[in-house]
Amino acid sequence: MVNLTPLLPELFLFCWALVVLASDLFSKRRSASLPGYLSLAGLVITGFLLIPAHDAYLWGGMFVSDPFAVFFKIIFLGAAFMAIGSSFGLAGRMTHHRGEYFTLILFSTVGMMFLASAKELITLYVGLELTTIPLYVLAAYTKSSRASTEAGLKYMIIGAVSSAVLLYGLSIIYGLTGTTFLQQITINLSIYWLSYGELGPAFSIALMAILAGLAFKLALVPFHMWAPDVYEGSPTPVTAFLSVGSKAAGLAAIVRIFVGAFIAFATPVMAPRDWGSTLAVLAAITMIVGNIVAIRQTNIKRMLAYSSIAQAGYIMVGVVAASNLGVSAISFYVFSYMFANMGAFAIVAIIAERTGSEQIADLAGFSKSSPVLAGLMAIFILSLAGIPPLAGFLAKYYVFAAAVQAGYTWLVVLALLTSVIAYYYYANVIRMMYLSADPNPHHIVPSFPAGLVLALAGIGVILFGLMPEPILKLAIAAASSFVF
Amino acid sequence: MTYSFPILSFIVFTPLLGMIVVMLLNRERVTAIRWMSAVFAFITMIFTLIVLKDYDSSTASMQFMESFNWIPSINASYLLGVDGISVPMLLLTSLLSLVAIVISFNITNRVKEYFAFFLLLECGMLGVFVALDFFLFYVFWEVMLVPMYFLIGIWGGPRREYAAIKFFLYTLFGSIFMLVAILVMYFTSDPHTLSMIELIKTAPTFSRGVQIFAFAFFFIAFAIKVPVWPFHTWLPDAHVEAPTAISIILAGVLLKMGTYGMLRVSWAMLPQGLHYFAVPIAILGLIGIIYGALVSMAQKDLKKLVAYSSVSHMGYCMVALAAYGSVTAIAGCMFQLVSHGLITGAMFLLVGVLYDRAHTREIAAFGGLANKLPVFTGIFTLFGMASLGLPGMSGFISEFMVFVGSFKAYPIIVGLAVLGVVLTAAYILRMIQKIFLGEFDIAKWGGLTEINLREILCVSPLAILTIFIGVYPKPLADLMRATLENLVVLMAR
Repeated sequence: MVNLTPLLPELFLFCWALVVLASDLFSKRRSASLPGYLSLAGLVITGFLLIPAHDAYLWGGMFVSDPFAVFFKIIFLGAAFMAIGSSFGLAGRMTHHRGEYFTLILFSTVGMMFLASAKELITLYVGLELTTIPLYVLAAYTKSSRASTEAGLKYMIIGAVSSAVLLYGLSIIYGLTGTTFLQQITINLSIYWLSYGELGPAFSIALMAILAGLAFKLALVPFHMWAPDVYEGSPTPVTAFLSVGSKAAGLAAIVRIFVGAFIAFATPVMAPRDWGSTLAVLAAITMIVGNIVAIRQTNIKRMLAYSSIAQAGYIMVGVVAASNLGVSAISFYVFSYMFANMGAFAIVAIIAERTGSEQIADLAGFSKSSPVLAGLMAIFILSLAGIPPLAGFLAKYYVFAAAVQAGYTWLVVLALLTSVIAYYYYANVIRMMYLSADPNPHHIVPSFPAGLVLALAGIGVILFGLMPEPILKLAIAAASSFVF
Repeated sequence: MTYSFPILSFIVFTPLLGMIVVMLLNRERVTAIRWMSAVFAFITMIFTLIVLKDYDSSTASMQFMESFNWIPSINASYLLGVDGISVPMLLLTSLLSLVAIVISFNITNRVKEYFAFFLLLECGMLGVFVALDFFLFYVFWEVMLVPMYFLIGIWGGPRREYAAIKFFLYTLFGSIFMLVAILVMYFTSDPHTLSMIELIKTAPTFSRGVQIFAFAFFFIAFAIKVPVWPFHTWLPDAHVEAPTAISIILAGVLLKMGTYGMLRVSWAMLPQGLHYFAVPIAILGLIGIIYGALVSMAQKDLKKLVAYSSVSHMGYCMVALAAYGSVTAIAGCMFQLVSHGLITGAMFLLVGVLYDRAHTREIAAFGGLANKLPVFTGIFTLFGMASLGLPGMSGFISEFMVFVGSFKAYPIIVGLAVLGVVLTAAYILRMIQKIFLGEFDIAKWGGLTEINLREILCVSPLAILTIFIGVYPKPLADLMRATLENLVVLMAR
C-alpha cells in the first residue's frame, strides 16, 4: 500500500469539493452562502494540511511535494479563497447551479495543485487539463450573458488547441528520450547530446511546441488574443481566478519543464535553438504589447486583462534568468501579484455589482463616495504598478535583479521602460477616483466575505512590501527545489 | 558615532505618524487637522535642530547611524546616517515643510486628504536625505511621488492633471535608470552590497566601463530631478500648476534631491565616470544658466518666471559640481542649494500670496503695487535682490563661491556663466519694476489687502536665514567643511 500522505491536501480538497456540491443539494438550495462558506473553510483546512507535506514524493517521483510545489499551492489556495470570497454577490443572484460554481473552482484548484507537484509529463498534462476544463465552464457561467457564453466558447477552443500543441511537443520529447519523467529526460538528453554533439531539429520543434502551448495558457504575446475577450466576458471573480490562479499554474508548468528539465538548454552552449533567448523575446513583446494596448482600454476588466498580460511578461523576465534567484523572484512575484490583482478584481466586482458598470470613467469621484474602497483600489493599483513600499515593487525589483545577474540588462531596461507606460494607465484609474471633481452617487459597502477578501489583499500588499522576509525565505526555499 | 536615541527614525516617521493621526480625525474638523499637521511638522523640525546641535562637524564620518537588517534575503538594510551634506538638507526640508503647511491653512477643499498627503510627502523627502542603503533610498525616492501626484493633481491650477501626470511619469522615467544602475552596482560589488558606505569605499575599484555606465544612468535619474537642461521640461508645468505650498516644496526640496543624489551617490562612488563626464556636465550647467535666464525674461506669468529662474539657478550647481577638484566649488554648490531653497521657496510663497488676492499672475496686469502694499513690496524686493545675488544675502555667497571655485577648472565656462548673473538681474529688476513701480490702477487693484500676519510669520524665517547666511556664512561652511574636504578626496580617486 502506497503511503498517500504527500497527496493528502489534494485528496482532502477533492473530497471537500464533493461535500460542497452535496451541501447545496441537501440544503435545498435555500442558502446562497452555505456552499461559499464551506468552500472557504475547505481551502483554509487544505492550507493547514500543506504544512507537514515537505520534500516527499510518490510513485517513483511522479508526484513530488517539494518547497516549490508547496509555495505555489499556497498561491493557488489564496487565489481560490479570494475568488470565492468575492463571488458571494454573484452566487446570490444565481438561481441554478450555485453549488456547482464553487465546486468547479475547487476542482480547478485541485488541478493546479497537481500541476505544481507534477514531475512527470502525463501527470503534468492531466493536471493542466483538470485546471482548465472547470475554467471553461466557469467562464461561461452567466449563461444569459452573450459575452460570457462567447468567453467560454473562445476559451475552450483556444484552450483545446493549445493543449494539443503542448501535447505534441511533449510527445516528441518522449520520442527522443523514451521517458516521461522529467529527471530522466534531463539525463537522457544529456547522454544524447554527448553522443551526437547536437540534439537536432526534433528537439527544437518540441521546445517550441511546448513553449507555444504553455504561452497560450499564460497569455504571452502573440498567444494572447483570447485573453481580453475571455477576461471581459467571464464573471469578474472567475476573471480574477483566471488571471492569477490559472496564470500561476501555467507558470509552475513552465518552470517545472524549462528550468527543471531543460536548464542546460537555456543558453546557446548546448542547443542550437536555446529557449532562454526565445523566451526573452517573448517576454519583451509581451511587456510592450500588453502595456501599450492597455492604455487604450476604457473597460476596467479589459484594462486589467492587458495589465495581467504585461505582468506575465515581467514574470517571464525572471524565468529567462533561469537561476536560483530567478525562480525565487518569480515565486515572490506571483505571490505579491496574487494579492494585488485579486484585490483589484474584487473591488471591480463589488462596484459592478452595485452600479452595473465596468467603465473606468464611472469611477469618477469614487474617492469621495467610498473613501476606503478607493484607497484600497489605489493601493492595489500602485502595487501592480510597482511603487514602493508595496509588495509589487519588491517583486519587480527582485525579478529585475535576477535578470541583471543573468546578464539580461537590456531586458531589464526594456521592462522598466514599459513599466513607465504602465504607470500611465494605472495612474488613470487613480486619476478618475481621486482627481475628478464629478460627484459619485454610490456609497458602496462590501459584503462580509468580500470585505474579508479586501482586508486580506490589502494587508498582503502592504505587509509583504514592508516585511517580506518570511515570504522571501519561502521563495528562496522554493528555488532550492531545482538544480542549477 | 552611535547615538543613544534613534533620532533619524523619529525625524523620518514623525510626519508619517502625523499622517495617521490626521487620517483618524473627522474630516469636518478642519482647524484641528491644520493645527495637528503643523504640530507634527514642528516636532519634526525640533528633532532636526537637535541633530544640528549634537552634530560633530569636525569629522567626515557618518553620524547618528542606525542600522537594522531589514530584508536579509536581498541584502537590503535599514541604514540611516547623516553627514555634512545631509544635515543642511534635513534642516531645509523640515523648515520648508513647516512653512508650507502653515501657508496651506487657506486650503479649504478636501483638507484632510491634503494634509495627509503632505505629511507622507515630508516623510519621503526626509527619508531620502538620511537613507544610506540603496534599496531604502530608492523606496523613499519613489514614495514621495505618489503624494506629489495627488497634491498637484487635486489642488493645482487649471492644467493640474496634465502637470501631475507629466511630473509623475517624467520622474519615474528617471528612476528606472537609477534602479538599473543600482542593480549593476550591486552585482558588480563583491561581496554584493547595497550599503552606500561600503560602495563609496569599493565602487571606485570597478572597471572604467561599469563606472561610466552606472554614472550615466544615475546622472539621468538625478538630472531630471535637478533639473539639468534638457531634462527640465516637467518643471515649468509642475511648478506653475502646483498649489503654492507644493511649489515651495518642489523648488525648495525636490530639486535639491537631484544634486544631493549626485554628491552622495555618483560623484562619491564613481570617480572614473565623473572624470569622463565632467566637461559635458559643466556645459549642460552653463546652458541651463543662460537658457533658464533668457526664458525667464520672456515670461508673462510671474510664477513661470520664478520656475524658470530655478533652471538657471540650478545650472550654477552643475558647473560647481563639474569642478570636482575644488572644495570651494562644492561648498558653493551646497550653499546654492540652501540659498535657492530659501529664496525660491519664499518667492513662490509670495507669488501665492499675491495670486490669492489678485487671482492673476500676469506681470503686465500689475503696476505700482508698492503704493498699496508697502510691506509685501518690501519683502518681495528683498527676495528679488537675494535671487539676483546682491551682496549681503545668501545668493551672493553661493554664486561667488561657485565662480571662484570652478574658475580654475573651467575659465571659459565660468566666464560665460557670469553673464547669467547679469541676465538674472535684468529679469528680476524688470519684474519688480513692472509689478511694484509705475502707475497704480486704483480701480483694479484698490481692493488688494496687505500680506497678513500668518504669511509674514511664514516668510520671516526664510528672510532671516537668507540674510544671516549672506552676512555670516561661517556656521554653515563649518558644518559642511570636513565632509566636503573628504568628498573632494574621494572624487579625485
